[in-house]
Amino acid sequence: MTDFAVGIAGVETIDHDVAHVHVHEHEHEHEHDEPAGIYKWLTSTDHKVIGLSYTITSLVMFVIGGFLAELIRIQLTSPNATFVSFAEYNQLFTMHGSLMIYLFVGPFAFGGLANIIVPLQIGAPDMAFPRLNALSYWLYLSGSITMLLGFVVAGGAADFGWVGYAPLSNAIYSPGAGADLWIAALLLTGFSAIFTGVNLCATIFYLRAPGMTMFRMPIFTWNMLATGILILLAFPVLTAGLIMLYCDRHFGTHIFTVQGGGVPVLWQHIFWFWGHPEVYILALPFFGVVTEVIAAFSKKPVFGYKGMVFATITIAALSLGVWAHHMFTTGVVLLPFFSIMSLLIAVPTGIKFFNWIGTMWGGHVRFTAAMLFAIGFLVTFLIGGLTGIYLASPPLDFFTHDTYFVVAHFHSVVLALVMGGMAGLYYWGPKITGYLLDERLGKIQFWLFFIGANVMVMPQYELGLLGMPRRVASYIHDPEWATLNQWATVGAVMMGVSTIFFLVNIVYSWKRYPAGDNPWDAQTLEWFTTSPPPHHNYYALPPIRSERPTWDYHHPDARSLVHGTSHDAAHPEAAT
Amino acid sequence: MLVAAGGLKFGPLHAVGYSRRVPQPTRRTGDAGGVTRSARRWGVGLLVLAPLVLSGCSLSTFGADPSPTTTGRETFHLWQGFTIGAIVVGAITLSLIIYAAIHFRAKRQHEDSVPRQTQYHLPMEITYTVIPIIIVFVLFAFTIVVENAVTALPSVSKDNTIGVQAFQWGWRFTYPGFTIVGETTQDPILEMPEDENVRIVLTSLDVVHGFYIRQFNFSRYALPGVINPFTFNAQRTGTFFGQCTQLCGLYHSLMWFRVKVVTPADYTAWLSMQQARAATLSASAAGQAVQEQTSAGVPIRPDYGGGTN
Ligand code: HEM
Ligand SMILES: [Cu+2]
Ligand SMILES: [Cu+2]
Repeated sequence: MTDFAVGIAGVETIDHDVAHVHVHEHEHEHEHDEPAGIYKWLTSTDHKVIGLSYTITSLVMFVIGGFLAELIRIQLTSPNATFVSFAEYNQLFTMHGSLMIYLFVGPFAFGGLANIIVPLQIGAPDMAFPRLNALSYWLYLSGSITMLLGFVVAGGAADFGWVGYAPLSNAIYSPGAGADLWIAALLLTGFSAIFTGVNLCATIFYLRAPGMTMFRMPIFTWNMLATGILILLAFPVLTAGLIMLYCDRHFGTHIFTVQGGGVPVLWQHIFWFWGHPEVYILALPFFGVVTEVIAAFSKKPVFGYKGMVFATITIAALSLGVWAHHMFTTGVVLLPFFSIMSLLIAVPTGIKFFNWIGTMWGGHVRFTAAMLFAIGFLVTFLIGGLTGIYLASPPLDFFTHDTYFVVAHFHSVVLALVMGGMAGLYYWGPKITGYLLDERLGKIQFWLFFIGANVMVMPQYELGLLGMPRRVASYIHDPEWATLNQWATVGAVMMGVSTIFFLVNIVYSWKRYPAGDNPWDAQTLEWFTTSPPPHHNYYALPPIRSERPTWDYHHPDARSLVHGTSHDAAHPEAAT
Repeated sequence: MLVAAGGLKFGPLHAVGYSRRVPQPTRRTGDAGGVTRSARRWGVGLLVLAPLVLSGCSLSTFGADPSPTTTGRETFHLWQGFTIGAIVVGAITLSLIIYAAIHFRAKRQHEDSVPRQTQYHLPMEITYTVIPIIIVFVLFAFTIVVENAVTALPSVSKDNTIGVQAFQWGWRFTYPGFTIVGETTQDPILEMPEDENVRIVLTSLDVVHGFYIRQFNFSRYALPGVINPFTFNAQRTGTFFGQCTQLCGLYHSLMWFRVKVVTPADYTAWLSMQQARAATLSASAAGQAVQEQTSAGVPIRPDYGGGTN
């Protein structure tokens, strides 16, 4: 046992990059000269502090965005409600979608969870560029405030949908300041995302601890590498498009307007060239989260680890070539190419499902709140994934495009992602704060959310087939749709109540249940350090000889992995 | 699924999964043969029966409309096929998820032990990679066939070529010699003959709109600066509801129209009547304005939804 823990000094002699960083750590080891309190928070470049700020801010955006969604759902409970006006309704769904996509899921995933967990998982003392990391956060916060300011300016917030299609988003059809704030917000948060992408890639490529080879990285880190690369490829395109849109609005260019010789569809190409990879920028992190959670709570290694890594890379690569499946009904894109590319994404996604099932198979599955959320993710994402296959088929997309079928499809997906996020919080929260969240409240939260999510989307699929278009404030022509819409609202309210349970849980569990270093008997490196980790993350590292060094350390007898049917006799149910 | 499997044990899946040729210390080896046989029966039964049972209600629409148009009908059948596939794949995957989670839940006697640390199983991994690829190419093949039918542009007579221009917030239907215009809830009527190819030539006069006819199972964007042609062939007469599906500003929710399919004889009669009327009207100065009122006289932009803010 004694040779398992290798001191930092030993580490230094092995690897130049890491050695450099660790020397740095020694210089700063005395934390008493660090600023404290609010000043510490304002000036911190510690990835854990920044990551926590990101997590909290993005959860605030989730709560606000969810509140807007409840208002939308109230309006839709009757065919011709006057709860909000048409104009207000357009602002509501635009800001709901924008908050959720731009300010919640992405920043929560790569600014929050990944920022905190990736350096810990690979044994790095911090992100590669800590100051850039801080800049990311402050850009994100200012962008978020900028977007919300739309509600207080004359004319109200942006109201052209979260996709801002030209020419509706130009100065003639959307003259208000809300639209400009929306663009400015996306520029700010866009740069924030790009910087985080740079940081993730650099950290993962250059700051891995000795022994942490690429194929020993946990799946979450792999997925964040793929996410980081996608961010770098996709976000600059959106940023460029937004600048063009701004020029059209204020500097007299005609890039997206027919009158001056421009091409409105170009906006859609630019937007979705970012927008589809964005779907995977949002999804891949949570694929990673549930992979880790399922492995930990099944007490098993990730099944088909290498296949899963290749599946992730394949998804990332394919996702760059499918953007026009959002434009099938424009009539100006090559249908078969984008159709087959989109269908093919189902293959690596399917592989992941079998990896997850295979990980549980033969394990000891523990139904903690985190694990319940992970299973809720699997079920809900399965529904969203299957309905996504329809949309990859152009004739079926012609049939369902811009109806509630699509709203239901992507809410199956994004609500699954929210469950993945919650799984991550229940799982890693103790590592970040040092305290566990209450499991009973967590389970209530889970069941309310899981049932609520599906009670909301199922009627919406049906409404879509009946022909209800998305983004409508009234359906006066079809009053018989009211019942289905009311069911959807019931689901939305359940999710709202679930979120209240979550907030209550945070308050209730505050400093209540000390976690210890590894409360779940989890396997990856981050569970080796203290909870919360010290300033530069590790006092000592275990030897890293597989992708689960903490497990190897705690279960020396059950270390080796079974490859297929070989080795079998050597590994009966091993007991520690 | 769990219930539907009836008397068949779930043990077989475990066998297929990992232990087909692996004697497991914790299991009676005698099980292996029977288990594998019932696994096959279970699997084959499911694969063969599910589509049959499901399409046994081969009239089941799975929520979609069988559509009056030829192409809408093909889309509808594609929908049915995709749905059968989705139900089979979804049911299998869902049962595996639920089965794995529940069957392998940790029990008290597991507290201080660890399960077998299985990580790779190449034959399984190849299987679950190859099968989805095959499914995808089958789906793609069907997609291509239907897509070619839906986007085909057979030649049509001049009388059957109708221009459609979307604008904030209404529709303008241009026939040879006259135009029909209506805003929001006025529901302008797009008249077309039954059992003949009709060409719609779609464009927008301002922002992007969506031209969508529910029961035709079809929509297409109306894009400014782009002319989008497509074809319908309706197999029965009737009136069908159409609506803008792409957000186009304030009155997007009310941007309605109707499609009226009539017999070819009625269509020809209607055309010449409208043409004659248009000719007389354009003789008078006020004609142009009146012509725009050919639809029912519902007031434009009524006070729906709490007004305009
Ligand atoms: C609390 C749970 C949620 C509820 C009740 C909800 C409800 C809704 C409703 C009613 C709409 C309007 C649909 C329409 O009018 O077309 C909508 C749109 C949308 N939602 Fe959600 N939603 C929820 C969570 C989320 C999450 C977590 C995300 C993303 C991560 C999300 C992303 C979107 C987007 C992108 C739109 C489209 C906005 C647009 O049309 O421009 N929603 N949601
Ligand atoms: Cu996409
Ligand atoms: Cu519209």
